[in-house]
Amino acid sequence: MDTILSILNATLREAIAPNTAAVAIAVIGLNIHFGFTGLLNIGQAGYMLLGAYGMAISITYDIPLLFAVLIGFVVSFVFSLILGLPTLKLRGDYLAIVTISAAEIVRYSGRLAAFEDFTGGSQGIFGKDYQGPFISLSFLGSGRLTLLEFNYTDVADGARWVQVLGLIALIGAIVGAVLLLKSLKSSGGAVLAPTSSTVRSALVAAALVLGAILTVVVPAYADRDTATDIFSRVVAFVIFTSIVLAVLFGGQAAYAAWKTSKGRKAVLAGALIIFAVLAIFFTFPKTYDRTGVDGWWVRMIAWFIVGLSCAVVFLLVRSPWGRLLRGVREDEDAMRSLGKNVFAIKMQALIIGGMFGSLGGMVYVLTGTVQADSMGRSLTFFAYTALLLGGAATIFGPVLGTIIFFSARILIREASGAYIPDAIMTNSQTEQFSYVVVGVGLMLLVIFRPQGILGNKRELRFNV
Amino acid sequence: MLLAPLALLMGAPPANAVVLCLAQADQTGCVTGTVGNRANPVEGVDVTLLDADGVEVDSLTTEADGKFSFQVTEAGDYFVSVGELPDGLEVRPPAERFQGPDGSILVTVALGGSVSPDLNVRSVDFDAGGDSFGDQIIQSIAQGLRLGLLLALASVGLSLIYGTTGLSNFAHAEQVTLGGMVAYGLCNVAGINLWVGIVLTTLICGFSGFLQDFVMWKPLRKRGLGLTQMMIVTIGLSLAAQYAFQFFVGASQQKVVVRNFDVVELGPIRLTGMSFVAMGVALVAIAIVGYVLLYTRVGQATRAVSDNPALAAASGIDVDKIIRMVWVVAAGLAGLGGVFYALVVSNGIRWDTGMQILLLLFAAVTLGGLGTAFGAFVGAIIIGLVVELAGPLGAPGDLKYAVALVILIVLLMVRPQGLLGRAARVG
Repeated sequence: MDTILSILNATLREAIAPNTAAVAIAVIGLNIHFGFTGLLNIGQAGYMLLGAYGMAISITYDIPLLFAVLIGFVVSFVFSLILGLPTLKLRGDYLAIVTISAAEIVRYSGRLAAFEDFTGGSQGIFGKDYQGPFISLSFLGSGRLTLLEFNYTDVADGARWVQVLGLIALIGAIVGAVLLLKSLKSSGGAVLAPTSSTVRSALVAAALVLGAILTVVVPAYADRDTATDIFSRVVAFVIFTSIVLAVLFGGQAAYAAWKTSKGRKAVLAGALIIFAVLAIFFTFPKTYDRTGVDGWWVRMIAWFIVGLSCAVVFLLVRSPWGRLLRGVREDEDAMRSLGKNVFAIKMQALIIGGMFGSLGGMVYVLTGTVQADSMGRSLTFFAYTALLLGGAATIFGPVLGTIIFFSARILIREASGAYIPDAIMTNSQTEQFSYVVVGVGLMLLVIFRPQGILGNKRELRFNV
Repeated sequence: MLLAPLALLMGAPPANAVVLCLAQADQTGCVTGTVGNRANPVEGVDVTLLDADGVEVDSLTTEADGKFSFQVTEAGDYFVSVGELPDGLEVRPPAERFQGPDGSILVTVALGGSVSPDLNVRSVDFDAGGDSFGDQIIQSIAQGLRLGLLLALASVGLSLIYGTTGLSNFAHAEQVTLGGMVAYGLCNVAGINLWVGIVLTTLICGFSGFLQDFVMWKPLRKRGLGLTQMMIVTIGLSLAAQYAFQFFVGASQQKVVVRNFDVVELGPIRLTGMSFVAMGVALVAIAIVGYVLLYTRVGQATRAVSDNPALAAASGIDVDKIIRMVWVVAAGLAGLGGVFYALVVSNGIRWDTGMQILLLLFAAVTLGGLGTAFGAFVGAIIIGLVVELAGPLGAPGDLKYAVALVILIVLLMVRPQGLLGRAARVG
């Protein structure tokens, strides 16, 4: 039992790691390319690397964080133009070959000794050279924080059975939520009632006020010395307001949905998912520095950006522009006959998806170094696996897929390390074994369930 | 002990003797080093220490151990200048940030410490150092042809697969690695004769192509799986194969055979004898494929399937049989290429050997025109030459691979169908 719990603990650690969030952001970008528009971009890691270089190098030249991030975006914008102009008029394979080649060129150039003054060569740029401005934005205070603060150790002195009970509750909640969602899906899905504009503006106003109050109160609670900075306050305000906004809209939608039987199912499923998350952190509490290089601050921001990206993609693909993307994916000629500029639409999709990629790259390096080889082809392939696992052309598919992908690999590695005797598989071989499983998993996934976990098979005739 | 450095400071050391320099905190610093290296020191070289203004501080002549040592009393920048070296040797230019005036080498001395200048001696004909530029180019062209022919072995198959099935096979590079790995297992581990091993490897790799088509690709075609999905399947296969190689063989480089091959000199060209064999074999293999494609019924049928599978099937060609044959030939050729690549180019095989040339293969195939076997051959030769010539023409390090990819991107802008492709195939 102890082994199982420690394996699950390691799995959870990977699931909430900032790197997982970073890849999730890149996969969200890839979803715009591949899932919604049908562009076969096999160079997403190149976008990540460019974003990371753009930000990190700017900061080492004392450019403020905000502009450094903008520079990262501009670099990826230019990269998209370079990739898109020659290839987007051609068949899909050409984009694939050119993107993978261009990503490799970026990587080779980053490793080059000639650029060592900027990129640090194959050593890379060390984290301490660019992390400072980001960490100083933190309003979480110093010291360490355990999440949840109320956890299994507080019940019956942390006896083993409490943890097991938590695990059982967790599994029960997940199974329940999945069953509910499945029955919902088979009956056509719940329709979200449109909110009236008065309610909407009232909610937004309430969120702004609450966000402002929290901005003042919470840093005081965390007994702050760093949050005096005005930028730190602004960041805090944005984060708090967004969270309050999400809670208010979620609550309002749940209240409206409760009136129908299908809606009740959906609300129940949502409640079970929230309960499952709480159960996870109750059973496997996690302790990190509040701020630090690898603490809660970077985790919070990373996952906050993931949530924000999901919201942006949701709004984008629901718009008329999103329908254009799908139209291009399904039938370019039909779009042309409707007088749409297919080339321009593809280019816009490439640029926007690439920006998510570079944003992912910036988050990816927040806890480590900017090293060219850490963002190579394998990372792009992992991103594809994660995307197809979660479900292409869905909103939450990329996030779910990435979390499951990274935690499943750790699960396989740890489990085969613990239960397969060394004579059959040594410790270093379990690492490779986990990647072999990933590769085979990708193949099986594409063959037998191309729509992934959340996807809709009808939406996924992704042929170029 | 404390007095020793002081004594050295007082009595000026004789210019010709090598004196051990002991740095004393806040008083003295040392510049020490060796001309040559410990195994091959260089005797009788004048070494001069200049201060930041270029004024001589001290000088000495190295003895048999090649060592030199200077003592200074002020911290700061100094330059080490090395006099005439014996014939056949030269000072390798130091890294840019250490370059001082007139070929001297910058050292920054702190008191109480000892520093060594970035001084390296190499023989004049080392690497590209001494050959005339023309000789370098000729040598690079020979290497480029070698690389190109080996790339052609793999890319002809890649192109045939693309032509007949429309699939961009990202796992093709792993077929190349597989060739090297199988040869390593047969020749190095099991100790089979190299030539027998090469033949066996080709057969085994060809069989792996047959097996792949039988187990995976044919059923997937029957399922009607889309080409994009199949392409992602090949990505998964490539990932699984790479880590499977690591799982079974380990992450380090393995040699196919332990012995080294003799170098043959043909004028300015210096290649191992094995290289010439590899080039010959590659040329013969490709010629056979070309002959079969052009002048036999099977070849005609393959080209027919390439042009239009439905029409080919309608006119009585067994498309599945043709595709299976293409897989066998492609995998066999890639395996053969892998063995020779490991023998003569990369000096061993590693799990990612194939992955490193995957993009060159794609560049070659696209350059020649996707799906055209002869285009792939021409493309591979061009890519091979470009990669090898990029070095002497000024592209440092790994950038030589990038040059090939840049050419690919530029070509797609100008002539997307490739050199030998037909415009109708594109878009």
